[in-house]
Amino acid sequence: MSKTITISPVTRIEGHAKITIHLDDRGNVIDARFHVNEFRGFEKFCEGRLMWEMGGITSRICGICPTSHLITSAKAGDDILAVAIPETAEKLRRLITLAQWIQSHALSFFHLSSPDFLLGFDSDPATRNIFGLVAKDKDFARRGIRLRKFGQEIIEVLGSRRIHTPWAVAGGVREPFDSAKRDHLLGWIPEAKETAQIALKTLRSIHEKFAADIPNFGNFRSMFVGLVAPDGALEYYDGALRVMDGSGNIIADKIDIHKYADYFGEASESWSYLKFPYYKPLGYQKGMYRVGPLARVNICDYIDTPLAEQERRVFKALAGDAGAVNNSFYYHFARLIELLFAVEKAEMLLNDPAMLGADIRARAMINRRMGIGASEAPRGTLFHKYEVDENGVLQKVNLIIATAQNNLAMNRTVHQLAIQYIDGNKITEGILNRIEAGIRCFDPCLSCSTHAMGQMPLHVQVIDVEGKVVSERIR
Amino acid sequence: MAILTLTINGEQVSGKDDESLLSIAQQHGIKIPTLCHLEGLSDVGACRLCLVEVEGSPKLFPACTTKPKEGMVVSTDTERLRKYRRLIIEFLASEGNHQCSVCVVNGHCELQNQAYETGLTHVTVPYLYPKKTLDASHEHFIMDRNRCILCTRCVRVCHEVEGAHTWDLSGRGIACEIISDLNQPWGTSESCTSCGKCVLVCPTGAIIEKGEGVSEMEKKTDFLRYIVTARQKREWINVDSDEE
Repeated sequence: MSKTITISPVTRIEGHAKITIHLDDRGNVIDARFHVNEFRGFEKFCEGRLMWEMGGITSRICGICPTSHLITSAKAGDDILAVAIPETAEKLRRLITLAQWIQSHALSFFHLSSPDFLLGFDSDPATRNIFGLVAKDKDFARRGIRLRKFGQEIIEVLGSRRIHTPWAVAGGVREPFDSAKRDHLLGWIPEAKETAQIALKTLRSIHEKFAADIPNFGNFRSMFVGLVAPDGALEYYDGALRVMDGSGNIIADKIDIHKYADYFGEASESWSYLKFPYYKPLGYQKGMYRVGPLARVNICDYIDTPLAEQERRVFKALAGDAGAVNNSFYYHFARLIELLFAVEKAEMLLNDPAMLGADIRARAMINRRMGIGASEAPRGTLFHKYEVDENGVLQKVNLIIATAQNNLAMNRTVHQLAIQYIDGNKITEGILNRIEAGIRCFDPCLSCSTHAMGQMPLHVQVIDVEGKVVSERIR
Repeated sequence: MAILTLTINGEQVSGKDDESLLSIAQQHGIKIPTLCHLEGLSDVGACRLCLVEVEGSPKLFPACTTKPKEGMVVSTDTERLRKYRRLIIEFLASEGNHQCSVCVVNGHCELQNQAYETGLTHVTVPYLYPKKTLDASHEHFIMDRNRCILCTRCVRVCHEVEGAHTWDLSGRGIACEIISDLNQPWGTSESCTSCGKCVLVCPTGAIIEKGEGVSEMEKKTDFLRYIVTARQKREWINVDSDEE
């Protein structure tokens, strides 16, 4: 008799999802799926609205990475206005993008993922969360919370509010920076840098502790996609697309973001509201690729900050003969390298006199009927594409979200973990949590406003072919 | 013109017989909430927010268009009035498409302010989500009928102050909406002088400047009293609205 195991909701991720695991009559895993069961509809209801409002509207997609949507939207707006924004505006936008990385990466590691590693996959789920972490290692948890605060503080200083600032606009930014704000933010740098390094040190010990588990955490070859700077450096705000295969070969490079649709397509499945983007030249399924920290640190030639570059070399050595680091568990490592990079780079930007310029906004009307913006959101490359009429009213909107681009890879990860750990008869809390942790490697941002802290109930049902519940676990 | 004596909220006040109850109350420091009223424009009683109770009548009267009578006893702030005012804002919220969080005038909106002041925390009637049009054909300005509350300030300022009468109303009841000229795109209007007065007097984000982002636009209505004073008295001075 075949069975289906359902993990719903998946906890400690941003958004709502469930996992189903389908077993055959001998209890072997035949399929495993990651379902995103929430529907938003932004692309449709933005039609008929104004191009200038899109920063404000699309940032409401997410409470964690609103700034990424804001920046990407502003860039699509720049494209429609056909303006080159002032240098100061670009640098200020770069700083807020780094701030978004800092707060989101700190959240992912300290608040959401580290409880599994420091308290153990099999520890009591009631305390396997940030509160349990505070109880176990107060200083470590406090540092993580403060590092996230630093990221949020930059956003607030620039945009007047931490969440959903409308500060970046088509043509530039609204408010300039000043030296008092700069000095205030520079004061945070030593602590932030130290915390990022402590996190990396902690992760190294986690790698040792979980050496047996790590090889099963979404370890498969896939392509990697992201933006890189013109000189091949790690990029976060601009640049062109690079595609690398699982063996470390660059198979496409310097792709203008305006050509993204020539290279990437989107498929849909009836069982999930999240679309399945794929690399067109290889077709759906075979065209599976990963974005986000693991992809970015894999594809770049170097990182232009000294401490992060040192860590990148250690990361690269993990690839060995494979040519690329293919294990999804090392998303955590790549994320922390980026966290350190973001702090170092923020310091460099803060010390740049151009940040204090007065020219921050180019004013223009509609000069193009289509605009595309792309930037590296914490979770991967984010695209906004707007088609407008001559008055700036939106006719068509396409948003390609980072998490969606990891959809095929997340499903593959769930599948791999299910095969490794489930034998049909024993379904323990620890096993289910390992499968969730596989998803958490990707730090998915599904809607992104909900923030479960491990307090949500996990409901697992084993269902036979007739739909009868044969066994049930509720935590 | 005669001077009359009446009672507002238990206080003896006096006013001219050609003034409105709203004007008399304001002169005596009694605050009555308004939306369609704007100093410098005629009053039409469109929003009903300034409703008051008059002793001896079961009806409620809009203070902006009701004239005083000798010995009149008026109440401007009763439980019944507070309830109706909140209901008016609630109905306005439900029959338009008002998404404050992504609106150009978020934080500077008179409708939003009235919602706060009347204590509106929830909309208890179903939202109508009407299909309204957005007209961005004008070179500088946008008319977004989703956010229009039909206060007709734009109609009045265009007719009474600018003299162009580009705006007017079309349709009845729930189908009523603001149109330009002969119901044509604003950008094709021949009467519009692009003066922008309608943009500034609009209490919500219905008429806005092009290129503005969320929360970016702040309406300033002071210009109106300046222009009206200059025109009527030939005095080019800023008039404090608390004077007179």
